[in-house]
Amino acid sequence: MAIVDYTATELLERMDSRELTSREITAAYLAQIERYHGEVNALVRWDAEDAMRTAEAIDARREGGEPVGVLAGVPVVVKDNLCTSDHVTSCASKMLANYLSPYDATVIKRLKAADAVILGKGNMDEFAMGASTETSAFGPTHNPWKLGYIPGGSSGGSAAAVASAMAPLSLGSDTGGSIRQPSAHCGVVGLKPTYGRVSRYGLIAFGSSLDCIGPMGRTAEDVARVMSVLAGRDPRDATSIAGPVPRYEESCREPLDGVRLGVIDEQFGEGIDDEVADKVQTAIRQFEALGATVHHISLPHIRYAIAAYYIIAPSEASSNLARFDGAHYGYRAKDISNDEKDGPLVAMYRKTRQEGFGEEVKRRIMLGTYSLSAGYYDAYYLRALKIRRLIAQDFADAYKTVDFLIGPVTPTPAFEIGEKMEDPLAMYLGDSYTVGANLAGLPALSLPCGLTTAGLPVAVQLQGPALSEEGLLQLACAFQQESDWHLSRPELIKPKDQNG
Amino acid sequence: MTLSEADVRKVAALARINLSDEDALRLTTQLGDVLRYIEQLAEVDIEGVDPMAHAIEQVNVLADDTVEPSQPRDVMLGNAPRRDEECYRVPPVLGD
Amino acid sequence: MNDLTPYTTIIGLEVHVQLSTRSKLFCRCENRYGAEPNTLTCPVCAGLPGALPVMNRKAYELSVRAALGLHCEIPLFTKWDRKNYFYADLPKGFQTSQFDLPLSQHGYLDISDPKGKFSDKRIGIIRAHLEEDAGKSLHDEVARKADSRIDLNRCGTPLLEIVSEPDLRSPEEAGRYLSELKLLLEYLEVSDCNMQEGSLRVDANINLHLRVDGEFKATPIVEVKNMNSFRAVQRALAYEASRQYDQWQESGRCLGDPGVTKETRGWDDDAGVSRSQRSKEESSDYRYFPEPDLPPVVITEAEVATHRLALGELPAALRTRLVQEYQLPEVDVDVLVNQGRALVEYFLLLAGAINDGKIASNWIQQDVMRYLSEAGVTIDDYPVTADQLGDLIANVLAKKLSTSRGREVLAQMVSAGETLEAAMQSLGIVEVDSAATEQLCRELLEANPKVVADIKEGKIKAVGALVGQAKQQNPNVQPQEVRDLCLRLAGEM
Ligand SMILES: [Mg+2]
Ligand SMILES: [Zn+2]
Repeated sequence: MAIVDYTATELLERMDSRELTSREITAAYLAQIERYHGEVNALVRWDAEDAMRTAEAIDARREGGEPVGVLAGVPVVVKDNLCTSDHVTSCASKMLANYLSPYDATVIKRLKAADAVILGKGNMDEFAMGASTETSAFGPTHNPWKLGYIPGGSSGGSAAAVASAMAPLSLGSDTGGSIRQPSAHCGVVGLKPTYGRVSRYGLIAFGSSLDCIGPMGRTAEDVARVMSVLAGRDPRDATSIAGPVPRYEESCREPLDGVRLGVIDEQFGEGIDDEVADKVQTAIRQFEALGATVHHISLPHIRYAIAAYYIIAPSEASSNLARFDGAHYGYRAKDISNDEKDGPLVAMYRKTRQEGFGEEVKRRIMLGTYSLSAGYYDAYYLRALKIRRLIAQDFADAYKTVDFLIGPVTPTPAFEIGEKMEDPLAMYLGDSYTVGANLAGLPALSLPCGLTTAGLPVAVQLQGPALSEEGLLQLACAFQQESDWHLSRPELIKPKDQNG
Repeated sequence: MTLSEADVRKVAALARINLSDEDALRLTTQLGDVLRYIEQLAEVDIEGVDPMAHAIEQVNVLADDTVEPSQPRDVMLGNAPRRDEECYRVPPVLGD
Repeated sequence: MNDLTPYTTIIGLEVHVQLSTRSKLFCRCENRYGAEPNTLTCPVCAGLPGALPVMNRKAYELSVRAALGLHCEIPLFTKWDRKNYFYADLPKGFQTSQFDLPLSQHGYLDISDPKGKFSDKRIGIIRAHLEEDAGKSLHDEVARKADSRIDLNRCGTPLLEIVSEPDLRSPEEAGRYLSELKLLLEYLEVSDCNMQEGSLRVDANINLHLRVDGEFKATPIVEVKNMNSFRAVQRALAYEASRQYDQWQESGRCLGDPGVTKETRGWDDDAGVSRSQRSKEESSDYRYFPEPDLPPVVITEAEVATHRLALGELPAALRTRLVQEYQLPEVDVDVLVNQGRALVEYFLLLAGAINDGKIASNWIQQDVMRYLSEAGVTIDDYPVTADQLGDLIANVLAKKLSTSRGREVLAQMVSAGETLEAAMQSLGIVEVDSAATEQLCRELLEANPKVVADIKEGKIKAVGALVGQAKQQNPNVQPQEVRDLCLRLAGEM
């Protein structure tokens, strides 16, 4: 087996037993990046020298018998909206193309403290606004399973990097499905934690009350390992949750016992692709075979989730992105006309934001500005916040009778690049099954469960009550022990010469 | 409620974004579509429901009043598009 | 409306005070005035991508304390909101403030004028809420085309915004409201209220109510800004009232007429005029919404009660007590209390030491306060303690020193930093025993038979000449003693 075929857990075991060094591992993944970058465009930047230096230093420490962190020597790709102090953090936007953060995001600090090797920055939809990684200022990411198709988004680069074996692990962020949907489209495991379980400090904000950082990997166990490193209260994030953090990688191997799964009836109705529905139903039967009982659950307000989400998220975004105005950092437009009636400063703001932001970002800023503006606040924003509570209440009611919910992640498999670029609403509807968890702040996991006849991955979504990440990972782990979808690899990266 | 191009221009002014005529036209259609979809929220009975502004509702997360070192000025000014030794520089607030 | 003006002036004030915390509201940068530009900033207060605010507990507690001092209700639930607008000194593109659920509301501040220019009055407080300050734009005044320079040090400084009801009816009332508010906040130790350093800033809303042919009219509301002293506030309001009246007579435009919006005017104190500031068409659309990064704060009735107990004695109550306990005139009490808590404590010590409030008050107002104002220092830096001054006054009361001699001794103690004894010695003050005084009086009576004759005829005043001569011969004699003695001895002659 090649180095890049091992899971993170296997890599850690082999480094522990001195079969492999982080140097060898890091070099293997860097080679993979070099080889497939042109076709996949999963990363917006990486620093091979820096990664190799880090790997060697960790090897030396391990060699010298010094204590090392729980991810010591394992390469990780991080989404480009996570601030890193040593390289540019751009959010895949022209606005921040040269921006150097003076500090590391808390999750980056935690990865570094765990001795992970940060390889580079994952491509993404600009400012995480999108479901296809097509809105990146650095060009779209291609789905490793089928290069003409989108990898999903907004964490498309992080998902594609794992799927194309450019890294065993990655971090994404999920505001309306941005970890789970690309994980589903790229056939990897992605976990959106409970809101606040992982600090947002240093995550460039999109929708602050919805944003979550989470891990992506090939197996639930790998994802669990990263989750143990990321989770926990951060004094710099007032919305982060206090309380003990489990050793997820240990608890996820516990056998399932009397789990009650709720199938959300509303999610198998109109709009779902037959093949997706079929694969998800098969997965549900597999869980039954593992001893779970299946129950039908209705979430009466979930059909309003997209509408509520596309008020709340853009509203918060319109405020969060106001800071990108060319004054203190980032892009500033040149040749400011001095004759505008509002004066040169305002002229600078307007031109900077016109040129620095892409179409989708401007669309959402406009939508959010409108929803919050005088005369519309009550009808849009305030109403959406009330419906948000009704949706959260639906989930709370459901979890009185079942332990977890199960259903599809997306209505359809990945679509072709360019297909929905001119129809924002069609793109937004792709988030139908994922936004509920963000509105309610609850954890959810995307688990690969099949391939379509066209060879595109399909995934099942597991959702749970607040702080039920352990249970979600346990379910996913049990499923993966009885199936091998997670072992299949895109044709693109299968060794061709040897088996030819 | 239909969205007019004038509405779009007003919102763009609030959001400090220049729009070309073409942008304004396209956004009027696209945002209009989204807003029409969002209209369905009007049918939900929200009587007596409290707004939910935070996903996980905590209270009283406060910090102690202790001083920590600030960032060095050169680091903070390091990303400025225009600066001098001490300050960020921006076009004047008012023209002449 | 009175005989002098055909209108009533309606004034409401918005006061922003910086709270005396060690660190800023949402980050742990030092909260300090006067540092080099941009040396007190971090990712949080400079609004860098990814940074998040965490509320300073002390800032919230000081706000509650101030609000209780203003008799406000403290709702048990409060939250923060984002007020969105673009400005170069506002790096996040929004100010974190409070919109619909402020931490306090419905309070009042009583004002009175002991000189009687207006009658006692209760000024309503609509609300007091906690928000963050913005940075500073340093505009190049010489070349308007040049860049503005931005200093973000002040960003994130905790501000309490105190909004009064439009209950003030004259510039004088506004001035008194401000000085009373400042005094209260100083007593509460929530702010240093230093206007020069911008830790207290005032915006005024003003318009006029008129009655024309029995019909009520109101002029458009104007917000006046850029007033850098309480005196400037009063001047600006007086100017604005007459300007509005002139304009109303000219245009007849009233509040609520089509096209009438709230105008913002800047006060130019040097020129003594207000000038209209460019009004932005969408300026009032701040798109407030709940701050998603800050959890709300809840407080219990018991916690509010604890804060209330810890307020200490505040100016209004103190004035009443001093009038009652020491039988001091209201005007005097006003002067003492308005000097601040430290001076009142000095007064209380001194009054206790000499067991006389009136005399203590006189000495403080005539001697101590004159020195403080001439030297430009506070009572904390006054070199003579209340005990030392008490000893000095005791000597005067015991007629060992004349009042004027006593003043000289105090001046010596202050200027040379000497003890009472040392100061008396420096001035050559020794006690003259009664035998020596009697000897001196006899000599003077014998040398001035005309005076003796006058006294015997009942012209008591004539004795003054002898007192003067006695002081010339020995400055340490007690004038009163000399006077009494001369009268007695002359009677015996
Ligand atoms: Mg304010
Ligand atoms: Zn700071």
